[in-house]
Amino acid sequence: MNTAVLTGAAGFDPDGPSANLVLDGQTPPAASAAIAAARSKAGDAKLAIRPLSAADRKRARNRQIVSTLVAPLAGLALLLLVWELAAEHSQQFPSPLVTWHSAQQVFAHPFYDNGPNDVGIGWNLLASLQRVAYGFGLAALAGIPLGFAIGRMRFLNRMLSPIISLLRPVSPLAWLPIGLYVFSNAPAAAIYTIFICSIWPMMINTAIGVQRIPADYLNVARVLDLSTWKVFTKILLPSVMPYMMTGVRLSVGTAWLVIVAAEMLTGGTGIGFWLWNEWNNLNLAHIIIAILVIGVTGMVLEGALMLIARRFSYDEAR
Amino acid sequence: MERFIVVQHVEMVFDTARGPFHALKGINLDIARGEFISLIGHSGCGKSTLLNLIAGLTLPTSGVMVCDGREIHAPGPDRAVVFQNHSLLPWLTCYGNVHLGVERVFGGNESKAQLKARTEAALDLVGLPHAAHKHPHEISGGMKQRVGIARALAMSPKVLLMDEPFGALDALTRAKLQDELQGIVAASGATVVMVTHDVDEAVLLSDRIVMLTNGPAATIGEILTVDLPRPRERLALSEDPHYAHLRAQVLEFLYKRQAHPQAKAA
Repeated sequence: MNTAVLTGAAGFDPDGPSANLVLDGQTPPAASAAIAAARSKAGDAKLAIRPLSAADRKRARNRQIVSTLVAPLAGLALLLLVWELAAEHSQQFPSPLVTWHSAQQVFAHPFYDNGPNDVGIGWNLLASLQRVAYGFGLAALAGIPLGFAIGRMRFLNRMLSPIISLLRPVSPLAWLPIGLYVFSNAPAAAIYTIFICSIWPMMINTAIGVQRIPADYLNVARVLDLSTWKVFTKILLPSVMPYMMTGVRLSVGTAWLVIVAAEMLTGGTGIGFWLWNEWNNLNLAHIIIAILVIGVTGMVLEGALMLIARRFSYDEAR
Repeated sequence: MERFIVVQHVEMVFDTARGPFHALKGINLDIARGEFISLIGHSGCGKSTLLNLIAGLTLPTSGVMVCDGREIHAPGPDRAVVFQNHSLLPWLTCYGNVHLGVERVFGGNESKAQLKARTEAALDLVGLPHAAHKHPHEISGGMKQRVGIARALAMSPKVLLMDEPFGALDALTRAKLQDELQGIVAASGATVVMVTHDVDEAVLLSDRIVMLTNGPAATIGEILTVDLPRPRERLALSEDPHYAHLRAQVLEFLYKRQAHPQAKAA
């Protein structure tokens, strides 16, 4: 055990342990032998480390390139392979190459407009994004302040939590008929559906964030006797921000999931409508293109919000 | 003796899930202006509760608490608190943390330049002018605690309340900050109430040591006057027989008359 301690210390200060032992006035021959052994061991370790460095560092770097670049590419290749095999064993299912050619045509003119029900994929995508922006924006405007209020006021929390528990598990599409009835307008109903489904995560996460503000920070606010506005801007908002951003990210993810489904039902424009329309045309290649466009757009939305969230987090370890 | 802080017949009963908990019973304490008081006792004896009562963070179940002729009914910047875990806001710089209190207390009558000067003076006082624009996570535990003290002092409080201010620090840093605190308190003339469980810290810094009995229903067991001349020198005191005698009295109270509750139960 003694040697183990000494080898550990010898790593950064070879003279340290022996000096300590002399101070303690106990340098029996056994201990000096142990020190000598420890030193030679430490020396060996150093010798053993040096030759590793040059070649091994390169190998380590290569390994990292493999894991960060090659692995994802391998995954994509596997997906294409499975797709190709599936296409070969089916009558109509388009192969990756067929889809690629089809995509070239679709993306050659993304912004054409041949009247209702026939516009380019760019217009459809923008229409969907616009609806998400409206629905999600309104949900943020309502949900975040409501979340703050629920987090701060116990009465409101008790009052609303059964309602939230009841309504939250309802599929957003179940709200669509009510939206259609109330607004008598398909796009407005779609926006309203997005609003309903994206309000919950923002509201609940904000409320949880408010409830989890460390009591110490609130005591600081009380001792300093800060004004309500200062408490909000200097203590509540910064400490709730990370929770709030998580809610925002979850909301956007859900909103993007729901808009596609809602547009299939409401029709008109939008990437979801386009996808369903291509099903009616039995154009499977276009359906696959739509799925990929939806996936990539969702990834981009999520990534952008991750960047914003990182900007606002005050993580103590940052 | 001028009665600057008055605590009279204070009882504190907390409502807990397992019924009422009688934390403090029959607390009577007068503190003079400029006095340095330590509250010492075993953990769970309610010394932090007593400090929170003086701060106004909690209100007593019954009894009277007065500070400078006014009843204590809420926290306020005249009774600044140095928290045990520093409680600096991580999203503000050290300067921002200190400035927050300064702005609140003096913002009404003073120019921005004056507020800035006050904030900088407080950071100077604790020896941290170079850390003003660092965030709390970029500085050491000892430095954070010093910023906490600067935040409290910058408001020119009548009373400085400290809840185990050096408890989380290593022994060397703690000794250094204790020595600095002596100088800071002497320079500012503030009245100080400090919670501690460190006997040496209590004897070194205090004018009087208030020793609490074990909870529940803890009360003041004994008050020891520390009549060592100031300024006090740590090294010189370690050889001083009177210091040793005072220290022994506190130890005797804590470990003989109020043996640790768990030790008693065992």
